[in-house]
Amino acid sequence: MRKILGITALLFVVCVLTALASDSFLSGYNLENLVRRTALFGIISIGVAFVIVTGGIDLSIGSVVCLVGCGLPWLLTTQNWSVPAAVAAVGAVSLGIGLFHGLLITKLRLPPFVVTLCGLLLYRGIARGFTRDQTVGFGSGYKELRALATGEIPLPFISGFSLPAPWIFLLVVAISAAILLNRTIYGRYLLALGRNEEAARYSGINTDRMVILAYVISSGLAGLGGLLFVLDVNSAQPVDFGNFYELYAIAAAVLGGCSLRGGEGTIVGVIVGAALMQVLRNMITLVTTHNNIEFAIIGAVILLGVIADELVKRYAVRRRAARAFAAETHS
Amino acid sequence: MTAPLLEASGLTKSFPGVRALKGVRLTLSRGEVLAVIGENGAGKSTLMKILAGVQHPDSGEIRLDQQRVEILSVLQALHHGIALIHQELNLADNLDVAANIFLGREHLRHGLIDTRRLRQEARTHLAAVGLDVDPATRVSTLSLGQQQLVEIAKALSVNARVLIMDEPTSSLSSSEAANLFRVIRDLRSRGVSIIYISHRLGEVKELADRVTVLRDGENAGDLAKSEIHHAAMVRLMVGRDLSQFYAHTPHPPGPVVLEVDQLRTAAHPRHPLSFQVRAGEIVGVAGLIGAGRTELLAALFGVTPAVGGTLRVAGQEISPQSPQDAIAAGLALVPEDRKRQGVILAMAVRDNLSLASLRRDQKRGFLNRSRERHLAQEMIRDLRIKTPSEQQPVQFLSGGNQQKVVLGKWLALRPRVLLLDEPTRGIDVGAKHEIYRLMEDLSRAGVAILFVSSELEEILGLSDRALVLHEGRITGELPRSALSEESVLHLATDTLAESVAS
Repeated sequence: MRKILGITALLFVVCVLTALASDSFLSGYNLENLVRRTALFGIISIGVAFVIVTGGIDLSIGSVVCLVGCGLPWLLTTQNWSVPAAVAAVGAVSLGIGLFHGLLITKLRLPPFVVTLCGLLLYRGIARGFTRDQTVGFGSGYKELRALATGEIPLPFISGFSLPAPWIFLLVVAISAAILLNRTIYGRYLLALGRNEEAARYSGINTDRMVILAYVISSGLAGLGGLLFVLDVNSAQPVDFGNFYELYAIAAAVLGGCSLRGGEGTIVGVIVGAALMQVLRNMITLVTTHNNIEFAIIGAVILLGVIADELVKRYAVRRRAARAFAAETHS
Repeated sequence: MTAPLLEASGLTKSFPGVRALKGVRLTLSRGEVLAVIGENGAGKSTLMKILAGVQHPDSGEIRLDQQRVEILSVLQALHHGIALIHQELNLADNLDVAANIFLGREHLRHGLIDTRRLRQEARTHLAAVGLDVDPATRVSTLSLGQQQLVEIAKALSVNARVLIMDEPTSSLSSSEAANLFRVIRDLRSRGVSIIYISHRLGEVKELADRVTVLRDGENAGDLAKSEIHHAAMVRLMVGRDLSQFYAHTPHPPGPVVLEVDQLRTAAHPRHPLSFQVRAGEIVGVAGLIGAGRTELLAALFGVTPAVGGTLRVAGQEISPQSPQDAIAAGLALVPEDRKRQGVILAMAVRDNLSLASLRRDQKRGFLNRSRERHLAQEMIRDLRIKTPSEQQPVQFLSGGNQQKVVLGKWLALRPRVLLLDEPTRGIDVGAKHEIYRLMEDLSRAGVAILFVSSELEEILGLSDRALVLHEGRITGELPRSALSEESVLHLATDTLAESVAS
């Protein structure tokens, strides 16, 4: 809880500073764009959060975004598939990728880092292959489909700002994810095995199945993200569509309180983390003249956040140990 | 009387949640074999680690030759001539004997390792411990007993005056142990002082010039050579008479619940295991480290599925391929490594207690929070788990209370067969007593109990019957009336058993 408050406060401070430094930050256009990007990145960040909770990592997210982002327009425009068939196909591929990763990681005991790193290379390569490295897009068609990402939902009592349609997806995903993680036995299993897989297994939990589920969720949401991303921007270049998105997603999850050691994380935190990442990027574009230092700033902020978190945690552990010790000796 | 070589006093050391040592004192004379004994968790290991520079005391002082010394690192301890030989040997088994003896202190010639000189010098040190192997032999090809001697040779090569040996015989055969004793006596006659830690009271009696007993991190008493008797040692270790400590009073057992027939474990597939456990019976499993005891429990519980044989629980044949299968058949396992396999340290007491029964208590996949709370309160009360609240992360509990959490997790499922692997390792005497009482209560309630222990006292005190394992096979099954330290150790170490088994 304290963690979410901390990161929310940081988000607020960055927003205020950016607004002070740049007039265009608070413009309706910029805000709407920012909020839309936050929703899109929020979705893929929630996905990777499940994997991180199990103590694993998914480096293939950006490439899954690319595969789906290129695959959907390619199937629709050059292969002339129907919309339902194309959407079903990219959905099945995303979930299949997650299943594939999960099986390799649990049944063959391959390290998640290696499996998903190969995925990162593999899926982008495949996308570049079938598109022959050409930009694919919807042109001027598929307006209804694109409305899923570009649409706006007017909010009552607020003029000049409407809620971007991806927020509907984000809300549905976030609420389902939060319920899964906090209210079901499966969420408890994920948290337990993330802390200590061996003890979870000794307690009769089918840890393999839960780990596979986490990778399926991660790739599935990366696929959903890829779909919305490409619908939003209309076209995709296989070379760099979704490039580094896995890092944005992992960073958002870590900023939002997921420990890379596993067993820890909240969905709300991840969304705030995703928002912070987007505001930081927005700030760099608006305030500085050097876009090229973006990664340096983001890297530094995340590092500071993680250091602060670790220090606070150590302090808390020490205090708690002292209290527990006192309680035991006095009773 | 001459002044002691080593004198430690007022040593205190705390870890989060535990006070491991409370003002402990220890003296050691030149050429003396001092046995330090105590139950698991009494503080022996911590004391030895402090003397060897692995850990630093919170307070207290150490004097060597009456000079106060600070031992801040293993290197400094070695410099003072104090060497610790760990229970799990610390050799790089991919390297040869000479390389291990001089690891970190290699002789150089033109900047390169002078292998010839290393091997030459190694030969003298090996001769001193009576080990007749070529210094160029890879350590991995040596037996455990030989590796132990390499460790001692290594300690002698730095001119150790004080040799600390932690459970040196826990994985040795009886002939290897006998050889080790000869080496120890020889070292003693050459003025080396030895601190000998062991659970085997028979060995202590044979070897020690003096005994220091620790209990719950404090000195429980010392015994001079003439006072070293089994009963005296046990009384000091547990703080009361044995008959009170182990609360077990045999009662007539019920029908057979666990039936193991020709079971072959993955670790020792050549040795089929057969035995039975009845309802309300407590069966102990004794043996050396590596005898296959943990592997047996792992096979019964589906952690490492058996490769052959049949298993019946209450007449129903089962073939557990995972802990889920075993749990479904009414089995429960309190595993050997509590912190890695038993509890999830960072999770709350309540969440640990409910972990195994979540599936049963679910409401269509959703958590049943009120049931979880009830369960936690019930277990905390019934098992007397000392915790400030059910929300407390388990890591802040003492070892004994952590173990009660593991037990509580299983009792929630009302198992028919309870398997326990070293159930009292690393917990204090009071908590031990409570765990024994719980085992006793459960057996009275008709649970079939199979427990593994390296503490002979525990096997002798608690078992209705004991199985003794040696190198993967059951070398004997002893009824309570035939249980003694000698009879168990004989079966656990002797090669005579091989003819019996085949």
